[in-house]
Amino acid sequence: MMITLLECKKFYNDFFINFQSERVVINMGIFESIDLMQLLRCFVVGGLICVIGQVLIDKTKLTPARILVIFVTTGAILGGLGIYKYLVDFAGAGATVPLTGFGNNLAKGAIEGVKEYGIVGIFTGGVKNAAGGIAAAVFFGYIASLISKPKMKK
Amino acid sequence: MGSNPLDTKKDYQNYVDQKSPNSPILKNCFNAFWVGGLICSIGQIIMDICASKGLDTQISGTIVSIILIGISAFLTGLNIFNKIGKFAGAGSLVPITGFANSIVSPAMEYKSEGYVMGVGGKMFTVAGPVLVFGISASIIVGFIYLIFNTQTVPLV
Amino acid sequence: MKKLGKQTIQFDNPPTILETASIVGPKEADGPLAKYFDQCLDDELWGEKTWEKAESKIIKETVNSVIAKSGISSDTIDYCFAGDLLNQCISSSFGLREINIPFFGIFGACSTFVEGLSLAAVFTESVAENVLCAASSHFCSAEKQFRFPLELGNQRPPTAQWTVTGAGSAIVTKSGTGPFITTMTTGKIVDMGIKDANSMGAAMAPAALDTLITHFKDTGRTPNYYDAIITGDLGYIGKDILIDLAKLQGYNIKSNYNDCGVLIFDKSTQDTHSGGSGCACCGTVFSGYFFNQLRKKEIKKLLLIATGALTNSTTSQQGESIPGIAHAISIEL
Repeated sequence: MMITLLECKKFYNDFFINFQSERVVINMGIFESIDLMQLLRCFVVGGLICVIGQVLIDKTKLTPARILVIFVTTGAILGGLGIYKYLVDFAGAGATVPLTGFGNNLAKGAIEGVKEYGIVGIFTGGVKNAAGGIAAAVFFGYIASLISKPKMKK
Repeated sequence: MGSNPLDTKKDYQNYVDQKSPNSPILKNCFNAFWVGGLICSIGQIIMDICASKGLDTQISGTIVSIILIGISAFLTGLNIFNKIGKFAGAGSLVPITGFANSIVSPAMEYKSEGYVMGVGGKMFTVAGPVLVFGISASIIVGFIYLIFNTQTVPLV
Repeated sequence: MKKLGKQTIQFDNPPTILETASIVGPKEADGPLAKYFDQCLDDELWGEKTWEKAESKIIKETVNSVIAKSGISSDTIDYCFAGDLLNQCISSSFGLREINIPFFGIFGACSTFVEGLSLAAVFTESVAENVLCAASSHFCSAEKQFRFPLELGNQRPPTAQWTVTGAGSAIVTKSGTGPFITTMTTGKIVDMGIKDANSMGAAMAPAALDTLITHFKDTGRTPNYYDAIITGDLGYIGKDILIDLAKLQGYNIKSNYNDCGVLIFDKSTQDTHSGGSGCACCGTVFSGYFFNQLRKKEIKKLLLIATGALTNSTTSQQGESIPGIAHAISIEL
């Protein structure tokens, strides 16, 4: 599997170097920054975190809101204990995109906040780190409600 | 089954569990795995692109969140996300896409009760707990860090 | 009118079900019973702005339709019993606010339709000439009130049931040529401690069993007396449980028993998991299919047991179990 992927990477590099015109290489060049091994680790870890969620859904009859709370709280605890960052180093977006990553981000922000601003940082650090995601969700939610209506499930 | 399942509530619950079909857990896990992995991989690709542009990890992570949230809000608005969710289960729920969907879907549903108390008031009916527990947990983490860390930190 | 046993009433001059009407949504129209309904909608909103308004319109039009079909004037209808699943029964009261008939709003969750027929029968035995009853439910308004927003990407477990969109309505009259409501057995609330809101069939099955067996004991009848024994919305799992439990009590109902929630959808193609539910499940399947069968004399003796789960989203969040109820009426030619 590893060999195949490395070969893929080589082929992929050759492809851009040998067959593409210079202008396209500049446009497509951003894809060269993708590390395929990193992508594979991200896929597997991200997928496995979702599988944990699926087992919880199927085995415990927890509602979606409770599943999300469990993940975000677990992420914050693991982040606070300094464990989650190893998973982030290993899997990249595979660890940051699931909601455990959101929780980790909040906890990490709180710690950074304490380092920088002391007591005030406890309250400002977490949300500051997650501000982009929260604001985007609120804003896009509002926009979606303006232009779209719910439809019957099929 | 020797005794009557209606003897006690516990007997009946056990009997009902036996009678109820289980979720197709292997199929569900497989779908959750590859869809969840795919969503994270999209995040990774965006992250790598940001990194190649010289952005730091924190900003890259925020950009990934905003883009994925934008995509899932868009798909929710097009009445597509619930179909993905039905197929993928936790695969689309557990990534940040599920958080976005759980904010956008009540916003759309309660639009009929007006923009202020409907959209504005009910937007967090599903995702509110995530923020409450996530933020509270982060504050507790920060507080514990303040007490137990060995380096000096500013107190105000 | 006399009482048999503790829970059953036998009618001396059995009232007639004069006419029925039913309107269903698009999903029900794709199901196996589509041709028996009076009207199938193309759109769940039916041109309205909200699910609640749509449900009100459905019950209003169903009532208009049953009055028109019966050929009697609405002035001659003495009382109306109607109910639905939404808080404070707003679909019925808003839908029927212009009807100008003395109105009783009733709530028996999904057992409302038979609750209405029972009360209508008692009223016609005493003072009333004609009594109207109706019940409605709507998938989208029920999801919104009891579960999640429609656009939330969640999975429905295999035990979940699908709320029927539609309304059923009937007119019960004092003197007629049948089908007659001959007896009614009013159910007790039975709670066997099921808490899972996605397992309604299992929560209601003990109540259905209690009413079924009480009916047999009070009337001295046996399952064979009936051509068909029909429950409201136990679904596949609840149906299975009821057959099982009845057998343990010495009543074999396997050959002539079915459930409206099983009949209304095609499980294999419509992805409705454990079957249909809601006030309209029993309401439309009786008003559409079974009334037709009674008229054609395909079924001559029918025991209709509507089942209800007496729960709401507050009690289920508070961790309460789901009390069930079931009301039965026997309808004979």
